[in-house]
Amino acid sequence: MRSSRDEFWAGVRAQLPILLGTSPFGMIYGIVAYDAGLPFSVAIAMSLIVFAGSSQFIAAQLFAGGTAGVVIVLTTFIVNLRHMLYSASVAPYIRHLSTGWKWLLAFLLTDEAYAVTISRYRQEPVEAARETMAHWYFLGAGLTLWVSWQISSAAGFILGAEIPASWSLDFTLPLTFIALLIPTLNDRPAILAALAAGAVAVLARGLPYNLGLSAAIVAGIGVGMLAERLQSPPRLAAHPTIERQP
Amino acid sequence: MTELWLIIAGMVLVTYSVRLSVIVLMRGQEMPPSLARALRFVPPAALSAIVFPELLTPGGALDLSPGNVRLIAGILAAIVAWTTRRTLLPIAAGMLALWLLQALG
Repeated sequence: MRSSRDEFWAGVRAQLPILLGTSPFGMIYGIVAYDAGLPFSVAIAMSLIVFAGSSQFIAAQLFAGGTAGVVIVLTTFIVNLRHMLYSASVAPYIRHLSTGWKWLLAFLLTDEAYAVTISRYRQEPVEAARETMAHWYFLGAGLTLWVSWQISSAAGFILGAEIPASWSLDFTLPLTFIALLIPTLNDRPAILAALAAGAVAVLARGLPYNLGLSAAIVAGIGVGMLAERLQSPPRLAAHPTIERQP
Repeated sequence: MTELWLIIAGMVLVTYSVRLSVIVLMRGQEMPPSLARALRFVPPAALSAIVFPELLTPGGALDLSPGNVRLIAGILAAIVAWTTRRTLLPIAAGMLALWLLQALG
C-alpha cells in the first residue's frame, strides 16, 4: 500500500496537466470579474471560498448585468447541482473518514478534481479502496487545483484588458473537459450516455438558469443505464446456449 | 458592497451544501446497487453536457459547418486524447489547431 505522502503527490501529479486548461480559464474569470466592475477583494473571495469555475464566471457576468442577488445565488445552485452527483459518487469511498476530512474533501469537489480522483478510486473495489490512503490523493488533486485557481484568477484580474480576446483562451475549458471525458468512454453504455447528454445539452441550451445542463446529465445517465440493461439482458443467463451458437 | 458579500455568502452556502450533501448524509449504509450503477455514468454525461454545446454552438446557434473552427479543433483534441490517452497533449493540440485555423480563416 502506498503511503499518505506518496498518494498526495500522485494526486498532485495527476492534476498538473489539467492546469494547462484550467489556468487560462481562471484568468478569463479574473478578466470578466474585472470588466464587471467587481472589487479585487470580492473577485478573489469568490475564487477562495466559492471555488466553482463555471458558476463564478456566470455570477460575474450577472453582476455586470445588474441581476438581482437572489437570482445569482439561485443560478449558482442550479449550475452546481451536478456536484451532488459527484458527492454521491465519492461518498462510498470516503464514508469511513472523519468529519473534518469529509468537509475538507467536499469543499475541494470540483469537476476536475472529481474526474481525476474517481479514476484513482475506480482502480479497485470500494471496500479495498477504503483501506488505502487514496483520500490523500483526492486532497493532493483538489489542493493543486485550488492553489492554481487563486493564482490564475488573480493574474487575470490584474492583467485585465491586456489579454486580447482573439487568443480565445476560453477554449481551454472545453479542451480540458475533452481530455477528462475521453478516458471515461470505456464501453458502449458510457459512450451512449455521453452522446445522449451532449445532444440534450445542445437541444436544451436555451432553457433559463442553465437548466439544460442538469437535464442533459440526467438524460445521459438514463440512456447509459438503459444501454447497459439491453447489452446484458438477464434472460441470457437463463439460456447460456444462445451465446455458444456460431 | 454589503450586498456583494451577501451574494458571495449565498453562493458559498449553496455550492458547499450541494458538494457536502451525499457525503454527509451517507454514514453507515452501503449505496443501493442501482444507484451505484447510475453513478458510473455521471462523469461521461456531465463532461459531454459541458463540451457539446461549446463545440457545436459557438455563436449560440447550431453550427455543423467546416467553418466552425472550434468543432474541428475539438474533434482533433478528442482524437489526440483517444489515441495517446494523455491529458496535456489534447489540450495543447486543440489550442494550437484553433489558433492555426483562425489564422487561416
